[in-house]
Amino acid sequence: MQIFTWILMGFLVVCAVSVSFSRNLLNSILIFMSYSLVMSVIWILLESPDLAITEAAVGAGITSVLFFITLKKIHAIMKTEDDEDE
Amino acid sequence: MSRRLPKEQYEHTLSYRVKEWLKGTKDPFLGNVEMKPQKEFQEDRKTIVRRDREKKRLFEQIYDIKHNPEIRIFRRAYNIFSVLFCLFLVTMLLLAVSDLPKFGNASNPVNNEVAARYIENGLQETGAVNIVTGMILDYRAFDTLGESHVLFVATCTVLILLRLDGDKKGRSGVGYVMENDRIYEPKNDMILQTVARIVVPPIFIFGIYIILCGHLGPGGGFSGGAVIGAGLILYLNAFGFAKTERFFTQKTYRRTSFCALACYALCKSYSFYTGANHLESGIPLGTPGAILSSGLILILNICVGIVVAGTMYTFYVMFRKGDY
Repeated sequence: MQIFTWILMGFLVVCAVSVSFSRNLLNSILIFMSYSLVMSVIWILLESPDLAITEAAVGAGITSVLFFITLKKIHAIMKTEDDEDE
Repeated sequence: MSRRLPKEQYEHTLSYRVKEWLKGTKDPFLGNVEMKPQKEFQEDRKTIVRRDREKKRLFEQIYDIKHNPEIRIFRRAYNIFSVLFCLFLVTMLLLAVSDLPKFGNASNPVNNEVAARYIENGLQETGAVNIVTGMILDYRAFDTLGESHVLFVATCTVLILLRLDGDKKGRSGVGYVMENDRIYEPKNDMILQTVARIVVPPIFIFGIYIILCGHLGPGGGFSGGAVIGAGLILYLNAFGFAKTERFFTQKTYRRTSFCALACYALCKSYSFYTGANHLESGIPLGTPGAILSSGLILILNICVGIVVAGTMYTFYVMFRKGDY
């Protein structure tokens, strides 16, 4: 279990760094989502299921959805659609 | 040993780019992300003149300041009293903070007695098996009331900023079509609709379970409300606004959240009143572990859940469409 925790921690660090280095804003939101999901697993390992539920619902669910709509509003997702057309 | 690179070669290395990024001289998103630059705000000469004229007219004709000295006095007194009220508030808060024990002192009651009491007497005093919920909604229910109000104020701000003030006549204009993406939403997405039909009811039931069993196991009003809000958003995405507006409109949100907040405030005022005056509250705690137990915690959980679910859904709708 110790090794599992360490793997998750390493994943967290990698996610946190790659969010800021990712060039595509859509990708960085997806990475942020996976960050929240892994964080909720870590909350369970730390024996606080209350926080795990909240983190999974708010962090991975609603915050990311709001980010997506914001990107749509500022026309930042357009680029990927253009790439698919080409 | 390190060797010197020519400048052009050095500018292509990773370390140079990291250094640039750290210093902030180069924005990695600039030129790589498609953005629409905003137009600079420019005001016509005509609108400036009109604004000045209207301001003048407001004071001279509507307020009629020369003949209404009470308005002049009120405007001046308003400024003075607002400053005085802020000073009063600052003094009160600073006095309250100066009465607190010094921060970080090892013999503070927060570091020794509070946590021990929560853990040892939490079950008898609150009746909640889940000590975390007992703490949040019984010992520190005032904080949670503040959090619910913060959510409510946040929704009000989002409503003010993002709501489209569409007059009924101009609903077919270009701006309205651009802003309102109701037209572009997928009407007959087979996969999404089938999945939503299967998944949404269990999501709602799970959210209600989290809210109702918040005092027995992990969960509580906030997380359960967030789950229900996410379910509502999924349903909206699958079936469109016409279906959701049959049971959830802005009026529903206003009424439910007002009722929930008022109910919370009333319940907690009652228990604060009885607690501060050392009266018997008369609320039975019940047997720990039963669903109808632990006094007011169940009701408070339901109130918080309603507020949070409505808030999440309203955020989404406001960002999406700007109107219910």
